[in-house]
Amino acid sequence: MTTPPPPWALLSELTHACPLHCGYCSNPLELTRRSQELSASRWADVFRQAAGLGVLHTHLSGGEPLLRRDLADITRSAVDAGLYTQLVTSGDGLSAQRLDALVGAGLHSVQLSVQHADPGRSDEIAGRRSFDAKRAAARLVKGRGLPLGINVVLHRHNLDAVDDLVELAVDWRADRIELANAQFYGWGLLNRSALMPSREQLQEATETVERRRKSLADVLDITWVVPDYFSGTPKPCMGGWGAVSLTVTPDGTVLPCPAAAALPGLDPPNVADRSLRWIWEESAAFNAYRGTAWMPPPCRTCERRTEDFGGCRCQAHALTGDAARTDPACSLSPDHAALVALTGTDGSPQLVPRRPTPPHRPAPAGHERH
Amino acid sequence: MSDVLPWRPRVPAAAVLRHDRARGTDVLLLPERVVVLHGSGRAVLDLCDGSRTVDEIAGLLPAGADTTRVRHEVSSFLHRLRAEGCLR
Repeated sequence: MTTPPPPWALLSELTHACPLHCGYCSNPLELTRRSQELSASRWADVFRQAAGLGVLHTHLSGGEPLLRRDLADITRSAVDAGLYTQLVTSGDGLSAQRLDALVGAGLHSVQLSVQHADPGRSDEIAGRRSFDAKRAAARLVKGRGLPLGINVVLHRHNLDAVDDLVELAVDWRADRIELANAQFYGWGLLNRSALMPSREQLQEATETVERRRKSLADVLDITWVVPDYFSGTPKPCMGGWGAVSLTVTPDGTVLPCPAAAALPGLDPPNVADRSLRWIWEESAAFNAYRGTAWMPPPCRTCERRTEDFGGCRCQAHALTGDAARTDPACSLSPDHAALVALTGTDGSPQLVPRRPTPPHRPAPAGHERH
Repeated sequence: MSDVLPWRPRVPAAAVLRHDRARGTDVLLLPERVVVLHGSGRAVLDLCDGSRTVDEIAGLLPAGADTTRVRHEVSSFLHRLRAEGCLR
């Protein structure tokens, strides 16, 4: 076995706790308890190991990382390890005092989630009054001279607001906005029908983004994450399994992608038991779908196999029950018709707000094979 | 663009220029972005503090015999980074 090239990025999920209740939350159905979270000194060790392995960026994420009282210490240890740090936050709890402590610790940049351009509707989707706090947080971040990114998960209930969301990003003096069409993992998979946009909504939003990109070229960097249910082409799963980045979850589990906790039999390693280098280079979990040798047909001989890597393993599992099948988002997948059928929803079911544990009713999105 | 004043490139305050030991190269780090620097890329960016024009930066590099080519390469490198939002 040849040694894989080093990873570039580490997603540090510091806690699963979050004051928001977004129905599209892609964290697992069963969240890690606070008592199971890694300590700040454990995180410091993770950052040193990650930097030694070649990681350059880390996202300090969650849940809501501001719920960690030791966030400034954690941030400082990531900066000391040489990592470029980005706080990924809802903005809820980002006071001037806390931001100053984070800036003092060396924090490099902030990414702020927004649920809608309209304050009332944003609060509704977030399941909490939070829009005003977000606006205040944006002002503070820019006041401290940090780069600000706005992140919006797009779905049926906010896709029509794309133009206003771009305007909000300009208004809040953001440097970039990431417009990410909802991916259906974890809790979000429960709400798939309620979140599924219409084809018309998507078409209009796509045109808006193209128009805005041209008119704001020098002002705002606009990222558009395509909705793979509609595009017919799968997304390149994490830039390739075990190729670009790794995720450390609140309890120290290390995953090739944040959604991979849902894959049965993956047996992901933990930083408590193994070095990050061993996990990246040698663990079965990181080698399971690395490269192209594992691929089934039609991927195996497809000319796009080193571009999209067969798509998303977690989506293949969620939709077919087999993580090693071609991602059904691909129009060449034998399971593609079943995925297309799922896009025909009228969005009638109610969004189930995020809670720490699964709801009692059975999940509508099963592991059935079509 | 018809600039009245010539552009004086500046690495943004939020960016980090550093050596990447694992890959044996220098890198420019920005939010969501890594620019891997080859050749004299690092030396050029070290001069981008907002005080020098593109021509002045090129003039400070060891040019060897072909100064025109160095000027051209430095200029296209810096303008490309600017277009990608990596330089002010």
